[in-house]
This record gives sequence, structure tokens and C-alpha cells, in this order.
Amino acid sequence: MPVRIKVPTLLRGHVGGQAQVEAEGGTLRELLADLESRYPGVTERIVTPEGGLHRFVNVYVNDEDARYLGALETEVGDGDTVAILPAVAGGSGSS
Amino acid sequence: MIELPRSFADEIVEHARQERPNEACGLIAAKEGVPVRLIRMRNADQSPVTFRLDPKEQLRAFDEMDEQGWDLFAIYHSHTQTDAYPSPTDRRLAFYPEAAYLIVSLADPDGPVIRGFRILDHEVTEEDVRVG
Repeated sequence: MPVRIKVPTLLRGHVGGQAQVEAEGGTLRELLADLESRYPGVTERIVTPEGGLHRFVNVYVNDEDARYLGALETEVGDGDTVAILPAVAGGSGSS
Repeated sequence: MIELPRSFADEIVEHARQERPNEACGLIAAKEGVPVRLIRMRNADQSPVTFRLDPKEQLRAFDEMDEQGWDLFAIYHSHTQTDAYPSPTDRRLAFYPEAAYLIVSLADPDGPVIRGFRILDHEVTEEDVRVG
């Protein structure tokens, strides 16, 4: 069952310039794995090599911050919308 | 060249002064390349040396821009003690190649300075900011 994923500008180069794509999976992790299988490299900035969510990317499921749901184990299903937004962050010192 | 309306430049400085000692941050939306809206954002870090937009507030602002047909024109933040130049942290965390990065320095409290940059893959290119 497809889940709609909104793709930020930074990652559109990986998905042929599309602003939205669809993927399948029962959890965010499965969804992103499906996406990665079709668009290799697209999740590099989303999932860490250790398999967690990158600190400076926000992933939302139906407008809720996935960090406060179940992170990558958050359940998703037909009709859900996932949005990916890189953090807007920085500053004069170290973060 | 980044053309910034005077009222926007003034508001960036005012916002930076109000948030002091913490860094201030916000977004500027444009319609067809012309800045139309400055959106003050909360610094979720509440820090004098870093900033990060609150994730839910960020999503709401981006959704509003989408609904209005606006583009992200610029991301601004303040450096309260240092130059208006991207720090290593700014370069590392610049994920919006489509936006100008505006930095206001309050290092000289009587002479705030706004400078503008593009940051792509940690590489900084300065762009002139024309206020008026």
C-alpha cells in the first residue's frame, strides 16, 4: 500500500527531480528501504550508517515529528503522508 | 546580488536584538523571486551560539509557503559576538542550496552588519546584499 513521501529540494536530484514519490512499507524504516532500493543514495542523509535517524533531518508522519512517534519504527500505512525536511540550523559556535 | 527590502533588513536586526544574548533565526519567503514575507522563527536551541528551527514550526512555515505558492528565499540568523560570516557549524548544517543564507552580526552593537551567502556542500560564496 503506497505512502506518499514529500521530497525536499536537497534530495530531488536522487529521484529524478520529483517533489513527491510513493513507497511501500509498514514502518518508516521499511518505507525508506523501499525508496533506497529504487533510488540508491537517497536515504544517505536521512538514515545514519548505524541505522538511526540523522540528527539534522526532520521526518514527519502526517505532520507529526517522527522522533516523538516511534522514530524509524513508526508505523505507516495506506494514505499516510511522510514529509522529509532537512533541519534549518547552524550558529556561530559548535552544536 | 540579494535584494532585500529595507523593512526586512530592519526586522532582521530588530529580531536579533530582541533575542540577544541568544541567536535569532527566521525565514524569508518570495514570490517569483521577490521577497514577500519574513517569518520569525523560534530558536529551539535557545542558545547564544547555535540555532535550530523547531521542527513542527518549520513544517508549518514550509507548508504555508507551499500553499501560497512562495519559495524559500532566505534563511537568516544572528551572530551575537562574531562576524557575519558562516561558521564551520553554519557550513556543515546548510541543507538548503536554493536559499540565500543571511547572517546579521551584532558584534558591534551600534553597527549591525548583514551579509549574504550561498552555501553548497560546505562551500561558501558571498553575494552582495542590496538593501532598499
